[in-house]
Amino acid sequence: MIKLNPKLSQKFSYLLLCVATILAIVPVVVIIFIIIKNGASVISWEFLTSMPKNGMCGGGILPAIVGTLSIVLCAVLITLPIGVCAAIYLNEYAKDNLLTRIVKLAIVNLAGVPSVVYGLFGLGVFVMFLKLGVSIIAGALTLSIMELPVIITTARGALSSVPYSFREASLSLGVSRWQTIRHVVLPNALPGILTGAILSIARISGETAPILFTAAAFYVPHLPHSPLDQVMALPYHLFIISTQIPNMPKNIIYGTALVLLMMVLTMSCVAIVARIYFRKRRKW
Amino acid sequence: MRKSLDTIIETIIFICGMLSIVFVVLIFGFLFKEGFAFFKDFGVSKFITGQFWYPSSEPASFGILSLILGSILVTVGACLIAVPIGIMTALFISEIAPKGVRDVLKSLVELMAAIPSIVIGFVGMVTVVPLVKNIFNLSTGLTAFAGAIMLAFMAIPTIVTISEDAIRSVPWQYREGALALGATKWQTIRRIVLKAAMPGIIAAIMLGIGRVIGETMAVMMITGNAAHIPHSIFDPVRTMTATIAAEMGETVRGGMHYRSLFAIGLVLFIITFIVNFTADLFLGKKKNR
Repeated sequence: MIKLNPKLSQKFSYLLLCVATILAIVPVVVIIFIIIKNGASVISWEFLTSMPKNGMCGGGILPAIVGTLSIVLCAVLITLPIGVCAAIYLNEYAKDNLLTRIVKLAIVNLAGVPSVVYGLFGLGVFVMFLKLGVSIIAGALTLSIMELPVIITTARGALSSVPYSFREASLSLGVSRWQTIRHVVLPNALPGILTGAILSIARISGETAPILFTAAAFYVPHLPHSPLDQVMALPYHLFIISTQIPNMPKNIIYGTALVLLMMVLTMSCVAIVARIYFRKRRKW
Repeated sequence: MRKSLDTIIETIIFICGMLSIVFVVLIFGFLFKEGFAFFKDFGVSKFITGQFWYPSSEPASFGILSLILGSILVTVGACLIAVPIGIMTALFISEIAPKGVRDVLKSLVELMAAIPSIVIGFVGMVTVVPLVKNIFNLSTGLTAFAGAIMLAFMAIPTIVTISEDAIRSVPWQYREGALALGATKWQTIRRIVLKAAMPGIIAAIMLGIGRVIGETMAVMMITGNAAHIPHSIFDPVRTMTATIAAEMGETVRGGMHYRSLFAIGLVLFIITFIVNFTADLFLGKKKNR
């Protein structure tokens, strides 16, 4: 066997790693580029603010946008307080015992359950058992359980980045444990918790499988009136028009994909930039 | 007054902390309840090893072997692409790239993770699928191969992020020790850093596999959805997840077909539970060292 010169083999390997990185990154850029290039021409104020026409082959996608926003907003309102409380429990109260290990294992597994299984669960429990029907609230509850592990994990990260000395200083002044958390730990962890929340909003806005049988409707001719209404949703709408409707004008499909993609990417970028900003500003 | 308020709030916090367990048990219990009712009527072994998935013919046949093989084929294909690329990218980002480049690359990887699977599915449908059809001269591009390519894109961010974490947590002394002995930087990375980070990297691969097995919308749009035993990676396949998503809408609530989809959900739940549990063991091992 030929023994390669170590210097040469280092150069060769670095080149290989670089190529792999390019292979990993290029698809993101290509996907975004394809969607923007083909979809940008349809985007107009009218497209964003009018109802679909001619069996969805014309008009706008307003009900899908409103539907997605209402499901996602409901889901975050449910999951954020629960998730932050759970994170506080794990980071501030939990002892290192069997119970805590089980909680952590449960979170890991909750995070790994396939999205379509959450859809099944939501259908069985919220739609059928609790008789909420296919509705905004059933979809939101389903998504909120799915998002819970993500919120807990990011909030926990934010809480644990607050130095221990902050808590000690407050506790040594005779402040109770909860008051310390409330007035010292939480305010310092807030930026981290919020960026985590924005990232998870971005993530669930694009989820299709969990709302497939719990909230989404093929077509609803009006905007939702109550949380018990069925709604159209952007990701589901994109699925429908790209696979179920033959002869759908291509530019409308791309336009819908672009709106969804921009919604998700804008939120993710905001979260990423906010995180960098807060990290720089942190004084400890 | 303040003290009792504290107690109330701390109780609420404790309950929220326990909710994760409650939900895992609830999900499992619910899938099990519906799945068990199905197994009583149809039988577990016939379900797992049956070759034919004809849920609406008379008599109906609910064998999911072809769906399991479909899921496995797509997953293995996606991993063959995503694992080497993912690990090499993680190495590049954490060991080689200068700091400015590193931050940009990390943000791009994070953005990639944020792209909804339905968008990836759609782009795959209009780009990769016709490409696969033309290059390999197939009658249809909707194949396990096209699905594996698109799923690899979705597994890469998971693998990169977690491997990168593992690589970065390898103590600096290890690298310094190797470099001081005269090893080149690459020899250090390959023989020392990679070895020390291995448990974390294995966890990353497991979590990537978990993500791919559970992926639904993109595979449903790209893999062709033919429920038969695949003979090659260029066959159309149907995965377990796609079956649930595609057929739930047309079932009678509470009927055999409806329950059979919950039984598939149960199988998926158990698979992902094992995958995530194993990943967690490896991550724990890394921390204990």
